[in-house]
Amino acid sequence: MFKNFNLDKLKNGLSKTKKRLFDGIQEAISTKAVIDEDILDELEEILISSDIGVDTAMNVIKNTRAELYYESDRSKLNITQIIKNELESILLKDDKIASDKSSIIDKKPHVILVVGVNGAGKTTTIGKLAYNYKNAGLNVLIASADTFRAAANEQLEIWANRAGVKIIQKSTGADPSSVVFEALENAKLNNVDVVLIDTAGRLHTKSNLMKELEKIRNVITKVIPHAPNEVFLVVDGNSGQNALVQANEFSKSTKLTGLIVTKLDGTAKGGVIIQISAEQKIPIKYIGVGEGIDDLQDFDSKEFIEALFS
Amino acid sequence: MLEDLTLKFDKALKKVTGQGRLTEQNISDTMRELRRVLLDADVNYKVAKSFIDDVKIKALGEEVLASVSPGQMITKILYDELTRLMGGTRSELTFSASGPTIILMVGLQGSGKTTFSAKLAKYLKDKNRKVLLTAADVYRPAAKDQLKTLGTQIEIPVFSIDESKDAVLISQESVKFAVANGLNTIIVDTAGRLHVDDVLMDEIKRIKAAIKPTEILFVVDSMTGQDAVNSAKAFHDAVDFDGVVLTKLDGDSRGGSALSIKAVVDVPIKFSSLGEKLDSIEIFHPDRLASRILGKGDVISLVEKAQIQYDEREAEDLEKKLLSNNFNFEDFLKQIKMIKKMGSLKSLLGMIPGLGTNLKNVDVDDKQLIKVESIIQSMTKEERGNPKILNGSRRMRIAKGSGNSIQDINRLIKQFKEMGKMMKMFKNNKNLQRAMKKGKGK
Ligand SMILES: Nc1nc2c(ncn2[C@@H]2O[C@H](COP(=O)(O)OP(=O)(O)OP(=O)(O)O)[C@@H](O)[C@H]2O)c(=O)[nH]1
Ligand SMILES: [Mg+2]
Repeated sequence: MFKNFNLDKLKNGLSKTKKRLFDGIQEAISTKAVIDEDILDELEEILISSDIGVDTAMNVIKNTRAELYYESDRSKLNITQIIKNELESILLKDDKIASDKSSIIDKKPHVILVVGVNGAGKTTTIGKLAYNYKNAGLNVLIASADTFRAAANEQLEIWANRAGVKIIQKSTGADPSSVVFEALENAKLNNVDVVLIDTAGRLHTKSNLMKELEKIRNVITKVIPHAPNEVFLVVDGNSGQNALVQANEFSKSTKLTGLIVTKLDGTAKGGVIIQISAEQKIPIKYIGVGEGIDDLQDFDSKEFIEALFS
Repeated sequence: MLEDLTLKFDKALKKVTGQGRLTEQNISDTMRELRRVLLDADVNYKVAKSFIDDVKIKALGEEVLASVSPGQMITKILYDELTRLMGGTRSELTFSASGPTIILMVGLQGSGKTTFSAKLAKYLKDKNRKVLLTAADVYRPAAKDQLKTLGTQIEIPVFSIDESKDAVLISQESVKFAVANGLNTIIVDTAGRLHVDDVLMDEIKRIKAAIKPTEILFVVDSMTGQDAVNSAKAFHDAVDFDGVVLTKLDGDSRGGSALSIKAVVDVPIKFSSLGEKLDSIEIFHPDRLASRILGKGDVISLVEKAQIQYDEREAEDLEKKLLSNNFNFEDFLKQIKMIKKMGSLKSLLGMIPGLGTNLKNVDVDDKQLIKVESIIQSMTKEERGNPKILNGSRRMRIAKGSGNSIQDINRLIKQFKEMGKMMKMFKNNKNLQRAMKKGKGK
């Protein structure tokens, strides 16, 4: 929905990261006319080094190999294209634009629950989302359901101020569900379009904390039957294979609807999201490319892969 | 008895089938599997490859213990190597001999620096140090408040300058403040930063230059993937950190990035951080992380058992020899090797009651063991088997060959004879024999 994003910034953010992948592939391919095992090994290395995972990497290579068998064109251009196509076919397409402005206003409040492990970038992402929805002309409310971490309230409040939106919070130690309840009641009363709920970071192995999330979700549905409209899992772009387990477990307790990948302004490739998207059948919605309020980008699988290679 | 036969049969079968020693062929499947295990655990691609190759080269030709397969054997060897590699010798914190000890925390965003700073502060306070926490993260919203809240919880003062955005100045001032207030330990929490952010990397270098930390700790999320090598290397190039802290180990990440980091920067991993509670901090245990990365706890304990069995059988053989008075230098050498595995010799002998004063003549300094080993290794096979033939010229040759004095050689031979006497005594003393049987296999 945030079509005001410009692609250059996305490409810029990704370029440092992707340049390596691309250079590697170019290099692997350039000197040899005929694809041989060494090249495929090198390509496999490039893929695995981007956290795509051994399985996915091997599959991509296997399929590329199969494709090449019938292709007479084994130029680097063509091989790159085959890999691109492969990766793209793995990524889940998010065709339904359920979150566009008119559908939000149709059925409001549009409630977005944001979850993830500690330090993934949830709070920052909420700030960025609030800013973007606000800019899109919507009435936004933030709920501070991280009543656990020290100064979580203060942090989120600063983001709410930066974005120029209202915030509902309670003192540290309060029941997070009660914050959510209050925020949703407030939203109904005040004609709010979008409610963004920040939650405390939690490791998916803590069953009591996962139960707490389930409870939050239930409270949301109880107050507003059509909600939550979205449950976003925020994944640190530096994550390795554990992100797969995270997605699995968070899915179980909160029924995820989308992924947000942060910190892609570094050199980490975030390849694990390709697997998550494929396995969990959830689309990637946005990527974080910095700590500024406008450093959130629409995720578009085509552009994402394009940015990997250009 | 039956067990003994089975083991012998097993050994014979292994020889016939070529499973008696580790070969390229009989471990290749396992090696492929182990490589995959490492990659799934987030060990960097290149690191995994060179680690596997390295272990393989070292292990080829090694004997496979009875009752385990070559695959199981190599798994255990890899596990041992993993533990060894991640275990640092200098894993404790360094404290400044004069002036305050300054610990600087660095790392990527969201790695867990602030929480860990508070944990470390409490940990050191409990060790009677007078700690000050410094809030030098001037970027993340409310970072300062977070540290202050934590400081209040653990009753440790937090230094901050609310109106300043200058992390270098804040760090410097906090050191002055600590000195003026009789605090001897300062933990400086800094903003998370990306290693490609030149401005912020320059800032951390300037902080380092300004306060000259005693110890710089790089804090890493244990869920980090392949890119850990790049960030660790860049941070190391920039500030040359002294230790690594692995956080969020209370989750189920495999933690392979720790191996990657250790491989590229060779800095000891000093602490594990295991939760949001402020006392969930531990000294790093390399063996625990090794089994976490590798999984395969069952295989490892299986091989360990086989190793104990193997040692027990060796011990039994030796015991038989001792009692039959056929004990020679070859056996002595074997025994030294076993003792080295088991611990100090004196403590072992001390376990045998009734040996009393007879022991006094037997000098069993553990450091001597190495010397003794080298002397015996310089003996010919014949000499080892039959110590009686060790005349003057032979002794001279052994002294030269092992780089010891002739007196050393003479002393050893004398000790050996003493031991022979002791064994005779031992043979005639049923009480001692019983005591030895009990002590065995522990
Ligand atoms: N470089 C970069 N840093 C980010 C990005 N998103 C978040 N961060 C930083 O990562 C750190 C953690 O972000 P938070 O938003 O506090 O993460 P969180 O998930 O809310 O953390 P907890 O609530 O403590 O679990 C902060 O220092 C953020 O500034 C991003 O896209 N790029
Ligand atoms: Mg947060």
